[in-house]
Amino acid sequence: MNKYEPLGRKLDLRRGCVDLSHGAGGRAMARLIADVFHAAFDNDFLRAGNDQSAFDVSGGRMVMTTDGYVVSPLFFPGGDIGDLAVNGTINDIAMAGAKPLYMSASFILEEGFPLADLQRIAQSMGEASRAAQVPIITGDTKVVERGKADGVFISTACVGVAPVDLDLSGDKARPGDVVLLSGPIGDHGVAVMSRRENLAFETEVLSDTAALHELVAAMIDAAGASIRLMRDPTRGGLAATLNEIAHQSRVGVRISESAIPVRAQVAAACELLGLDPLFVANEGKLVAFVAPEAAETVLAAMRAHPLGEKSARIGEVIEDDHCFVQMTTGFGGGRIVDWLSGEQLPRIC
Amino acid sequence: MKHVDEYRDGEIARGLARRIAAEAREDHSYRFMEFCGGHTHAISRYGIEDLLPASIRMIHGPGCPVCVLPMGRIDDAISLAKRPEVTLCTYGDLMRVPGSNGASLLKTKAAGADIRMVYSTLDAIAIASNEPERQVVFFAIGFETTTPPTAMAIRLAQKKRLTNFTIFCNHVLTPSAIQTILEASDPDAVKIDGFVGPAHVSTIIGTAPYRRFASEFRKPVVVAGFEPLDVVQAILMLVRQVNQGRAEIENQYIRAVTEDGNRKALDEIADIFELRETFEWRGLGEIPRSALRLREPYAQFDAERRFPVVTKPARDNPACECGAILRGVKRPQDCKLFGSACTPETPMGACMVSSEGSCAAYWAYGRFRQFEQPSMQRVSR
Repeated sequence: MNKYEPLGRKLDLRRGCVDLSHGAGGRAMARLIADVFHAAFDNDFLRAGNDQSAFDVSGGRMVMTTDGYVVSPLFFPGGDIGDLAVNGTINDIAMAGAKPLYMSASFILEEGFPLADLQRIAQSMGEASRAAQVPIITGDTKVVERGKADGVFISTACVGVAPVDLDLSGDKARPGDVVLLSGPIGDHGVAVMSRRENLAFETEVLSDTAALHELVAAMIDAAGASIRLMRDPTRGGLAATLNEIAHQSRVGVRISESAIPVRAQVAAACELLGLDPLFVANEGKLVAFVAPEAAETVLAAMRAHPLGEKSARIGEVIEDDHCFVQMTTGFGGGRIVDWLSGEQLPRIC
Repeated sequence: MKHVDEYRDGEIARGLARRIAAEAREDHSYRFMEFCGGHTHAISRYGIEDLLPASIRMIHGPGCPVCVLPMGRIDDAISLAKRPEVTLCTYGDLMRVPGSNGASLLKTKAAGADIRMVYSTLDAIAIASNEPERQVVFFAIGFETTTPPTAMAIRLAQKKRLTNFTIFCNHVLTPSAIQTILEASDPDAVKIDGFVGPAHVSTIIGTAPYRRFASEFRKPVVVAGFEPLDVVQAILMLVRQVNQGRAEIENQYIRAVTEDGNRKALDEIADIFELRETFEWRGLGEIPRSALRLREPYAQFDAERRFPVVTKPARDNPACECGAILRGVKRPQDCKLFGSACTPETPMGACMVSSEGSCAAYWAYGRFRQFEQPSMQRVSR
């Protein structure tokens, strides 16, 4: 019987080169991070494999994250690269159960990029940061020659503070835990795709880009001690997030297809494009793994918040040495939900 | 979603599954091949095997055009793409297909070649119109379903008098492949009791081309749609034919398929393309009269005539069992490479390269079955 290496074969570091699948949120990207960055920077914080790291400072516990944004197109229904960058960075902090405090933003601009577009993006960032009450307090600007970037790339960082007794991490899922999802999946990916030059289609779907720290605060207030971990399913979609967590916690996850909310328009667009909503990106959703006895309490708190109204219980954690994510299909059969292979959609965040 | 959800209804599926379980004879084994990757995908994605009694085994056929494209043709496409004047346009699922020595279009693109993913032949035509200084080559691939769009692109290129547009033609024919499987003479060849017939292909060619599989080879064929209920219903129809000793062509997919197919599309294909004497299929070898090339009047749109393309034979990894898997002799999990050296990220063989390939489908959806999950319910008889 074959043994599976969850991340696949090692990279060919001598002859290989970066290809698009290394940024798509799937197994290839996990492999790249493990073989190149973790190998070079190796420390306990990185090894935890989370989207942020928490560390103790005198008088409290801090959380830090960094993120980059290369979405194409820059403007899409429901948002643009600017508010996406602010919300996405805040969410990485929020997933540690922390309160985001301050952000930085660094811009790599391509020669020839219209100033009006840059202003629109900056204003959108400003609005998002004011709404979230997380000011952008430092920044940097670089311009590269035409052809050396694609309009604008934004790189951010954020710091926040976490309750000292709270330690959410991707390796904390245990058999029996309940998996909660904060709302319908696939909105962001479909909204971005609908504006792709060679794929344009009519849809009313808007990106779900949103800062989730207040929803998280409400969940922590309700039953913080019973929440094992949270993560926002961005690139690679819900499927990638569940696989990451199964892999980090060395457990299996079983979900039910019919319990996962998907908007009718998103389902229809995915059908048309041959995509599976499970792999499509989200920018305003979170997945929480919660101790079974507190699941209803946390779910109620999520549903009471405007960003979690459609929250649902989608599955549970099981023992499984193979770390498979399994799904009971709406049709009544069973299947695996694997990591994304290659890329389903380039540069969605 | 109306017109889709109806075909995925779990209640109806369980009803059909009970019917299949009741009618399938316990003393009999039923081996049905679904030819198309679309069916393989539906069976895996919806977990249809969990709804079938143990006496029914589904054999996953070679109906995945990306999978059966021989490595030598990928090498050809890579060498075309490396020409400085060429912009190679391709459907996305060809990007990761391995050529010789681990090369792929994805890696060739990363190394600087001008390779662009397109969603339709029209995108390639648009690139050729907008960038007259580039030689745009469309990597044409697929069964009878994708041949009409390629034909349409040729027509359009002709109308627009494009002199910088060609296709690298790899269109192949379904009935020839089914015949090859039926004529397989290797001693370990699997006896197939019936076919779930192609869905989209049949919308073009109709059901008539399958007649001889029933009359000459005495195999039932049920043409079925790609939705999961279509597949389950087709399996029930096949069980009934076998039980009653019938070998007929039945059409489950009446909402889209007629006996004679799409006349207009067929005429267009016949006008533009002609049969190749022979063509290599990955896993199945050379199959006579199984593929198309452009007719002489359209030679100016043929990349193989415009550029020096000399397909060199390329050998798959000797441990790869794709050939046996494509013929139904082995299952993906019987291959030593499966899941270790060969995964969707680093595919070694044909069946792993496209999501419609049987190894990829089994990897992505079904590999938990290898480790018996007692809690997974099976329909009992």
